[in-house]
Amino acid sequence: MNQAFRIGDGGLVNRDKKLSFKFNGKSYFGFEGDTLASALLANGVHLVGRSFKYHRPRGFFGAGVDEPYAIVQLYRNGETEPNIKATEQELFEGLEAKSVNCWPSVNFDIGAINNFLKIFLPAGFYYKTFMWPKSFWYRIYEPFIRKAAGLGVASTKHDNERYEHKYEYCDLLIAGSGPSGLSSAYAAAKNGARVILAEDKPRFGGSLLTSDVNIGNQSGKDWAEGIIAELKTMPNVVVKNRSQIFGYYDHNMLVMSEKVSDHLPKTKKYHPNKRLWYIRAKEVLISSGSIERPIVFGNNDTPGVMLSSAAKEYLKVYGVLVGKKPLVFTNNDSGYETAIEFKKHGVDPIVLDSRKNPKSEIIDEAKNLGINIKNSYVVVAAQGYKKVKSAEIASISDDKKKLGKIESINCDCICVSGFWTPTIHLASQSGNKTKFKEEIDAFVPGVSKQNETTLGSANGVFSLEETLKTSFSAGSELSKKITKNDNNIAIPNVVEKKSSQHDKFWCVPLPKGKNYKRFLDFQNDVAVSDVEIALREGYRSIEHVKRYTTLGMATDQGKTSNLNGLQLVSEIENKVVPAVGHTTFRPPYTPVSIGAIVGREVGKHSKPTRKSPMHSWHEKNNAVFVDAGVWLRPRYYKRGNETLFEASKREAKNVRTNVGVCDVTTLGKIDVKGPDSAELLNRVYTNAWLKLPVGKARYGVMLREDGIVMDDGTTTRISENHYHMTTTTAQAANVLSHLEYYLQLIWPELNVNVVSTTEQWAGAAIAGPKSRDLLQKLFPNSDVSNEGLPFMGYMEGDFFGIKARIFRISFSGELAYEVNVESDYGNFMWENIMKVGEEFGIQPYGTEALSTLRIEMGHVAGSELDGRTIPYDNALEGLVSKKKDFIGKRSLQRSAFTAEDRQRIVGVVPLDRQTSIPEGSHLVKDDKAPLPNPKLGHISASCWSVEYDNPFSLAILKDGKNMIGQKLFAMSPLKNKVIPVEIVSSHYVDPKGERVRS
Amino acid sequence: MLYINCPHCGMRSQNEFSYGGDASVKRPELNKEVSDQEWDDFVYNRKSLRGKHLELWQHISGCRQWIKVERDTSTHEIFRTFKAEEEVA
Ligand SMILES: [Zn+2]
Repeated sequence: MNQAFRIGDGGLVNRDKKLSFKFNGKSYFGFEGDTLASALLANGVHLVGRSFKYHRPRGFFGAGVDEPYAIVQLYRNGETEPNIKATEQELFEGLEAKSVNCWPSVNFDIGAINNFLKIFLPAGFYYKTFMWPKSFWYRIYEPFIRKAAGLGVASTKHDNERYEHKYEYCDLLIAGSGPSGLSSAYAAAKNGARVILAEDKPRFGGSLLTSDVNIGNQSGKDWAEGIIAELKTMPNVVVKNRSQIFGYYDHNMLVMSEKVSDHLPKTKKYHPNKRLWYIRAKEVLISSGSIERPIVFGNNDTPGVMLSSAAKEYLKVYGVLVGKKPLVFTNNDSGYETAIEFKKHGVDPIVLDSRKNPKSEIIDEAKNLGINIKNSYVVVAAQGYKKVKSAEIASISDDKKKLGKIESINCDCICVSGFWTPTIHLASQSGNKTKFKEEIDAFVPGVSKQNETTLGSANGVFSLEETLKTSFSAGSELSKKITKNDNNIAIPNVVEKKSSQHDKFWCVPLPKGKNYKRFLDFQNDVAVSDVEIALREGYRSIEHVKRYTTLGMATDQGKTSNLNGLQLVSEIENKVVPAVGHTTFRPPYTPVSIGAIVGREVGKHSKPTRKSPMHSWHEKNNAVFVDAGVWLRPRYYKRGNETLFEASKREAKNVRTNVGVCDVTTLGKIDVKGPDSAELLNRVYTNAWLKLPVGKARYGVMLREDGIVMDDGTTTRISENHYHMTTTTAQAANVLSHLEYYLQLIWPELNVNVVSTTEQWAGAAIAGPKSRDLLQKLFPNSDVSNEGLPFMGYMEGDFFGIKARIFRISFSGELAYEVNVESDYGNFMWENIMKVGEEFGIQPYGTEALSTLRIEMGHVAGSELDGRTIPYDNALEGLVSKKKDFIGKRSLQRSAFTAEDRQRIVGVVPLDRQTSIPEGSHLVKDDKAPLPNPKLGHISASCWSVEYDNPFSLAILKDGKNMIGQKLFAMSPLKNKVIPVEIVSSHYVDPKGERVRS
Repeated sequence: MLYINCPHCGMRSQNEFSYGGDASVKRPELNKEVSDQEWDDFVYNRKSLRGKHLELWQHISGCRQWIKVERDTSTHEIFRTFKAEEEVA
């Protein structure tokens, strides 16, 4: 608890608020405002994990989003989350975290044996070894890799946190709140533009928090605070911290993940854990800054080796010393800034500068402070296993090829600076053609494809003065175009120290006789030697080298490794870096929680639920529901201990003998109105529609242009120019779009309007031999006799004072009617039907009984109209007009559709009259034939025939017309069943259709 | 996500629309004799262009109008949008 590496005062943490936390089971203290990383470092903890492949000890390398090592498993409020960067996770009271990638523990790791066997694990090892023999993969290799590797474990429990999605629009979206982000946001906001400023860290200000500069006669940090405070008061500005813009998509749509609650011990009531913002911006300003590059040297992955900027940030923001005997290894002036901070806090650093004789104001300041500086010196290798203990250093020749005599010096950390890499991910994702900037050895954005501008160090501009000038101007110019306001904001004066040219030096040569591992990619353990092997084996494209070596493919996506990898390839290949090119940047910039991506669309919110107006009645009467698209429909009404099979049989039987009622509200309904309605129907359906009289219904089949059946249903002529069309539940939306397509695009001359009325009508199908008796009692004032309301007739009636529509149509094959009332009266209708129907033995029936009834009648439904069948296949060719044209007619002439042995619907009965045939079973001639057994057809629907009390199925069978009476086998490898069957007519019950007309 | 200018409603996000394929295809007139080749070209054969493409979209969660969208299939740039009845030169 002593926080031995915390300096006496300073930093931005709240020293009045002490927080306790646990790491790998041990308790520590930190302060409010710490990250898990800074708090651990304050306690001198440097060993936080093991590397992915060799399981080498891992410490901290960065202080933010670029961190490749310090990935932990987080435990918070009873939940756990993997893949958390300790450098990004803010400390809260009671935080618990564990190392990943180590088994059994971080200090003793079995996988580390890979480190000593590393000769066996060169580039492409996984490709070469684990691919063969194939049978070893599942049994041996994969379980081993899964156990030994991986970056934590996902929770298997339900996630109780809530995640939100938000859609937002703005004039300017600004990514990053460093000097360029603040300047451009301020200038644009003053012009009245709607601005969103996003910062991924908890604190605003970016590099101003750690740099020693003055803006407008204040420290950079104070200036930043002032700007943010003013922006927050402006109604046209949204300022968001802890918010990472991670993806730049088409048409200036960007996605941002806001961590609302991760910094708290527990999410506040009614608050989400994270909020995903979909932002459509008119202009995007990318001020995402830059990330320091490492210099590559031996054992450069040893805990204690870190970026010099990170060491400075731990000191200036958190008041934490990453070491007390620091060695700074640099090729530019940034290392000196870190050394100066150490010195100011009473710690003596040694600076190794690869340059021979650099001169600048910063270097002068370091010299004046008496800092020990060695020019033309490099770190050859770090020494120490779990922590840096010393360094091998040497002088280096001017051509950087020869090392001088190796010396060893004591140190407890090595702070590296290999200059800066602009963060161009967002610009690149937007489609920007990036270009290589020779002066800084890095890529910068080039020609914009979308409305995007990159500013400041993300654009390779490292002078603060220049950054402020260009950013104020960009913010002002872009906003002026949108708002037409021009409040010319004065650019504040800047005081900064000038720096000198960096050294184009990125990799220390190996001393003779040593083969230190020199790592490029720290998270995936890709060393210089691995890339050398890949190139030697013939890989040339940088994309191939990346995949073969896994360079830059870890969760940090190579933020600290990409450029050094490119330098190496270009050096070996003797090409310039831009000729090698960089790999593609893809979203997300940093890992995003799956929960945030899913948002609220979980559980019952994953899709809308549609309920019929009679739903509450069904619920009260023990309905068991089934999903029908987004609808919930009663599958059966359970009585006592009935099974689905028993209940559906009872319900279907009751329809065949008495009367049943079924909720058919879910059927799609479309109102077709206008003088050309009949003409439209005549073109859409395969049969003739011009002569349908008012008050009559007709069954119709509609095709797609390719001749495949799209949907079927009955349409009724309500009045002269008004038709009521019904569709299947599943196709309702598609049919409406289909009609709109033809009316708007193909036949705009037709004067017809279509609109969905599915929600407007509640429907009840009343079916069974006693249905007319029941109907007569329900509508005592209407003549519903066979003459008054014949089959396919329609009338309006008075239903206990409510207007109702009565259709004499049947899906069950029985004498049947369908009654529609306005939706709000649905329950009223249903209750009255049940009450009046009592004396006729009425029972409600669900979709299972409905299926049984239609299957044994041979009526087709979705399982036959499956997008692969034409009218003939469904025995519907009688409905195909020869006289008129209609959608899809020409396709029916295709030779495959007119073939003599064309597939056709048939009935299938098991020979034993006992065994139910699984739906989807294949029909074959010989059950012993070698695989693949030639398939003649498939079972589309199965039921238990209540008429004959044995199983019955429908099938689509090749040459079905000539197969009646044949004996085949129904095979279901899935259910492990082979059933001898007989082919019969699909019209199993009442083949002449006498009942519906009775 | 694309940002589409519905000629009836204005700028709307792609998730309000559904895609409807090539808008340059002309349906043969009803009752007209059509060769197998012509019919195949209408029903099946599409160019799958890279570059400027005139395509149909329906503003399905908006005004429900079918519209024509001139879009670059490789860059997603949208140049112009038209109402269903507008002829595109
Ligand atoms: Zn619209």
